[in-house]
Amino acid sequence: MQIFGIATQALFGQLLIGLINGAFYALLSLGLAVIFGLLNIINFTHGAQYMLGAFCAYFLLQGAGIGYWWSLLVAPIAVGILGIVIEKTMLKRLYALDHLYGLLLTFGLALVLQGVFTNYYGSSGLPYRIPDELSGGFNLGFMFLPKYRAWVIVASLIVCLATWFVIERTKLGSYLRAATENPALVQAFGINVPRMVTLTYGFGVGLAAFAGVMAAPIYQVNPQMGANLIIVVFAVVVIGGMGSIMGAIVTGFGLGVIEGLTKVFYPEASNTVIFVIMVIVLMLKPAGLFGKER
Amino acid sequence: MADAPVVATGGSVAADAAAPFFAVRDLNAWYGESHVLHGVTFDIHPGEVVTLLGRNGAGKTTTLKSIMGVVPRREGSIVFEGRETGKLASNRIAHLGIAWCPEERGIFSSLNVEENLLLPPVVRPGGMTVEEIFELFPNLKERLASQGTKLSGGEQQMLAIGRILRTGARLLLLDEPTEGLAPVIVQQIGRTIHALKKKGYTVLLVEQNFRFAATVADRHYVVDHGKVVDMIPNAELDRNMAKLHEYLGV
Repeated sequence: MQIFGIATQALFGQLLIGLINGAFYALLSLGLAVIFGLLNIINFTHGAQYMLGAFCAYFLLQGAGIGYWWSLLVAPIAVGILGIVIEKTMLKRLYALDHLYGLLLTFGLALVLQGVFTNYYGSSGLPYRIPDELSGGFNLGFMFLPKYRAWVIVASLIVCLATWFVIERTKLGSYLRAATENPALVQAFGINVPRMVTLTYGFGVGLAAFAGVMAAPIYQVNPQMGANLIIVVFAVVVIGGMGSIMGAIVTGFGLGVIEGLTKVFYPEASNTVIFVIMVIVLMLKPAGLFGKER
Repeated sequence: MADAPVVATGGSVAADAAAPFFAVRDLNAWYGESHVLHGVTFDIHPGEVVTLLGRNGAGKTTTLKSIMGVVPRREGSIVFEGRETGKLASNRIAHLGIAWCPEERGIFSSLNVEENLLLPPVVRPGGMTVEEIFELFPNLKERLASQGTKLSGGEQQMLAIGRILRTGARLLLLDEPTEGLAPVIVQQIGRTIHALKKKGYTVLLVEQNFRFAATVADRHYVVDHGKVVDMIPNAELDRNMAKLHEYLGV
């Protein structure tokens, strides 16, 4: 069977890969958007924190025999706590300064983390097995759908939408949105904004680590895994609009799919299509598709 | 050093001889290098409506912000119900029962009217219910689902005052609530302040418009060059008109 002269097998295969990539783009850009919204910091360490999530799962398995499912819970908490330490000891000092300082600090931290891990673990990937419950797949007739990949898409969607719900529809989220606009006033109402900022950073970092654990069985565990991904994710964030929650989710999945389809129809452009879209969006709508002008 | 005795809220007038309900002593404040308050000193008794009058830039808004703990640097003593608050973070001050309605109103655009209204946490029992707030400001009830900043200026002001009435705070700091509003809205805000006084709230009001201030206040403190330079009881306002005109430069 063919559509537009392309075998459906290849089309759906690339569509699936696009959705998988999109699931990671969405999770990572969501964390970046939450952090940028409240902290005004462009968290360049995000890719390294995603890598730490994957390594954390690897260590838990190798060192303690703790498997995938527990890692999915433990790694985000552990890496999130590390994020909280970074916020308390370093980022906190930069809030009064220009964005650039936060970007430089987090970029430097990313280089340090990636350098240290490359030193000890080299740059070839370490294998991480797909959990038994999710090995194998479904034959859908027109294509084969590996269970683990289906799980990644569903889990990412659930976590993204749950985050959106908490931020946009709950009392806690209203504090977060209000503090994003005017932290001094929210604090003067009696809310401990500095603590909220710390926990928000921890949560955003935890999301990156969660994505890292999910990525471990697909992309292998590699010190550079985040560095390669984060550049694309920043393009996604720019296209979606800095600080927009739904924007991060929709653009994450959408651009993953567009990238996948480009691989089918015009493979030469598949590595650049997201950046071309970014340039066009920046020219037409500098605040991003879902962003508000500040 | 012995702690000052704690005065019960709503206590008798006799109690304030021992320790005032609210006392500011030698308050200094800075924005970066610029020294804005130079030793502000005044008292408020429970249940009073007191204004800070003064020219633009005299330090009225900075005084409110210093009381609320939102200026970068402040020194001096601020005592509320026997507690020294001059060194506390603003969220701690709010929890003692002081609430602030800022000059720019501070309505959040990413929150709807209802979320704006319910945002400030309840810090003490005895605040108004949402129904009581709607009685004061019926307009808000119809606009609950609207985006906060889609309201008219007057409605935004009502929302900004309304949301701090839920919290149980007993001392309200209102910064120019009538600024830029139509006369009919100014009258409504005047009635609101009278209603709050009747309910036992204590109000510190910053005003440029002393004609409005005269309709609601018990006493007026005149602020000039970062200091309180005079106190005029409202009953003696007429006799002091010439002096006041000189202070305010009107």
